[in-house]
Amino acid sequence: MSDNLPEAEELARINLDMPPSGWMDTPVKLQKGMYCHGVQGKNIKALGMPNPRDWLVEDDDWQLPEDWYNIVMEGLRERLHRFRSLQIFMDICVRCGACADKCHFFIGSGDPKNMPVLRAELLRSVYRHDFTRAGRIMGKMVGARKLTKAVIREWWYYFFQCSECRRCSLFCPYGIDTAEITILGRELLNLLGLNIDWIGAAVAKCHHVGNHIGMEPQTFKESIEFLCDDIEEITGVKIEPSINRKGAEILFVTSSGDFYAEPGIFTCMGYLMLFHQLGLDYTWSTYAAEGGNFGFFTSHEVAKLLNAKMYAEAERLKVKFILGGECGHMWRVIHQYMGTMNGPAGFLETPVSPVTGTRFDHAASTKAVHICEFTSDLVHQNKIKLDPSRNDHLNITFHDSCNVARGMGLLDEPRYLIKKACNHFYEMPEETIREQTFCCGSGAGLHAGEDMELRMRGGLPRANAVRTVRDRYDVNTLACICAIDRVAFPALMDYWAPEVGVAGIHELLGNALVMDGESERPLNLRGEELPEKSSPSDTTEEMEGA
Amino acid sequence: MGLVLIAWIGVQGFGLSYLFGVLIPYAAMIIFFLGVLARLLKWARIPNPFVIPTTGGQQKSLSWIKPSKLDNPFTRGQALGRLFSEVFFFRSLFRNLSPRVENEQPTLTFASAKWLWLFAILFHYAMFVTVFRHLRFFTNPVPWPVKMAEALDGWLEVGIPEILVSGLVLLLAVTLLLSRRLLIPRLRYISLLNDYFPLFLLMGIAATGALMRYVMGINANGAKQLAMGLISFKPVIPEGIGPLFFIHLFLVCTLLAYFPFSKLMHAGGIFFSPTRTMPNNSRAVLHENPWNYPVKFHSYQAYETEFHDKMVEAGIPLDQGEPHLNGEA
Repeated sequence: MSDNLPEAEELARINLDMPPSGWMDTPVKLQKGMYCHGVQGKNIKALGMPNPRDWLVEDDDWQLPEDWYNIVMEGLRERLHRFRSLQIFMDICVRCGACADKCHFFIGSGDPKNMPVLRAELLRSVYRHDFTRAGRIMGKMVGARKLTKAVIREWWYYFFQCSECRRCSLFCPYGIDTAEITILGRELLNLLGLNIDWIGAAVAKCHHVGNHIGMEPQTFKESIEFLCDDIEEITGVKIEPSINRKGAEILFVTSSGDFYAEPGIFTCMGYLMLFHQLGLDYTWSTYAAEGGNFGFFTSHEVAKLLNAKMYAEAERLKVKFILGGECGHMWRVIHQYMGTMNGPAGFLETPVSPVTGTRFDHAASTKAVHICEFTSDLVHQNKIKLDPSRNDHLNITFHDSCNVARGMGLLDEPRYLIKKACNHFYEMPEETIREQTFCCGSGAGLHAGEDMELRMRGGLPRANAVRTVRDRYDVNTLACICAIDRVAFPALMDYWAPEVGVAGIHELLGNALVMDGESERPLNLRGEELPEKSSPSDTTEEMEGA
Repeated sequence: MGLVLIAWIGVQGFGLSYLFGVLIPYAAMIIFFLGVLARLLKWARIPNPFVIPTTGGQQKSLSWIKPSKLDNPFTRGQALGRLFSEVFFFRSLFRNLSPRVENEQPTLTFASAKWLWLFAILFHYAMFVTVFRHLRFFTNPVPWPVKMAEALDGWLEVGIPEILVSGLVLLLAVTLLLSRRLLIPRLRYISLLNDYFPLFLLMGIAATGALMRYVMGINANGAKQLAMGLISFKPVIPEGIGPLFFIHLFLVCTLLAYFPFSKLMHAGGIFFSPTRTMPNNSRAVLHENPWNYPVKFHSYQAYETEFHDKMVEAGIPLDQGEPHLNGEA
């Protein structure tokens, strides 16, 4: 954690008073711990994006291109013509305030410019000034202001304090979606070379090497093999993964968090075990290894650029469909963007589970199935055997990842799997789950180290709900289906809700999975000893509706 | 209010009742209809490049999992249902919650906060009934639904003339919405002139309306003659309608002319808001982006060329065959 992170008690004293001066008259103060490093020149260059140079956020001069004003204005004009969302959201907000306290960053920071309505006004004010008659004539009186370098700094600070979680959009009576504002605002900033390096570096690596962490093909293979060795040690079952294999039926893609770092790798072990047990004809790809897409946090174009590899690789390997791992924004991109950006995928077939024969008609066009959909179908049709008692030492709660909750609606599948793989499941308060879920505080590429205060503030509402069930039901495990969650939550839990671990659904499933030819399993996938069984119970309650 | 004074002085002082009774209403209506139409057409011409509904419930996936058809529509019909629930019941606003952080050991609690929903519903329905009732000034004979609306609106059956509930509710709701803006610091902080102006205007309209009906009285037949004249394009200015009427009318005209250029266009905008109007079927049905353009992504061939030797060594299958590039670097 960064050195200047305040103690939790101090951070929790949130000042919700509005400043004495109006928001337009309150200049932005870039507060250390609340922002990430600026993108490095080499990472801008890697994708041929504008204005490559090294710059420091702390500098007074951000070395904007000479023509910065016109670049942004032209960029805004172009986007107003391309995105109905932007034009509508610029025009129809009534500032009713329903969104204000829905944002985790506002709840955790009290900074008024983190109210979604004001985050949008940062851009809307400039729009009014240059694109509406009233704004041009009456100026500040009607909430219009001229774009200045100070406004650019403000944009940068606050568009990188939004995790594009869309919670505000759920509560907005007109569905105004701050994620759209932030996505397009970041696009404008990228025209000036103003990304953050946590995103820029990942994008550059993903573009070139095939994943966010820059893992080369041979290292990728070693990582997967390393996980297979661990599985053999724990279960006695030897797994031979296939990589870049042509003619496999399924291309499996997950995000790098799953094959790179704890606790994601335990989820990855779960996938490997499940696929082996099923005898699935699938392959990994080193070229399109990355399911996550930090391009989505940069611009639509970069999102498309990185995402294009997935279909290109599926076509090259001649697979029938794509199976995607547990990741949040990866699924927002696959679900809502991939077909439009890089489809139609005529070379693929409508996904059919080779095990159960279920046709996934809801994925008939994009031809990509979420692993939780795939596995729920298996479990529902009794194609795998689970021993939930192996997870009896875990009291589990489930965090809905923003992107799959509000950009897809994958809510019941993961719950169904948890209930089948575990005996002790407890929901967090209803205002904090399902479509109302709170962000981990680190989404949209903000899970760096240097912005730890921002992450802890933004994660407060989520962590608080976890603490509630920890205190009430002794919950000790926070399950999730998002790689950024798995990277971000351990620090967040340590800070606000100690003693709660983080696990992916397929880790829980891998632990419960009874494999053919397995040995006695005294250890879980983390290599920890399982407690002695008291009374194994095989049945779990049927899932409840709604 | 300046606008009230303008109308009063104009009509009383300068005898400009033709200007305020005929020319301005026509101008306002033209601005209103053309302005709204222009705005709607402008929106309609801009594409929705991507399918971005905000999903508020379970998706349609496996046959045995119950999807939430209203909050996560899969078909166009279901999406219309969702839009209907937004337009008529303000469904999203009904969700409103208010979180509270108790500071000591931060504990977040949530309270239902339906006040805004209630004020908004009261306001919009009262507005609707009031406008609908006003059709009696523009129709001859008055159609039965309008008569019925007025009869129902007078259910209190008190006062002479009988008190119409909608107008009073309208005035009350606008006052509540305004107080909210003034009293809640956070709302005051985000509010602009653009937010106060229509509220004051509506207040003025409702107040002058109530004054005419209950306190000062006007020549209602005269008002009807004027209104009928306007819509039949044979404008007349009957004598003795009274200045209050012209003030009321002028405020309405101001509202009409202001409408297309203001946030009041949310009334039309909701029908174009992609997060509420689009069905969540982007994986099932291909959505085309009209301005989609090709991008040059890093090709597999370039990738394999770069990592060729390392891939050979690791035993990863290749497209280009093994020996070919070996031995360099």
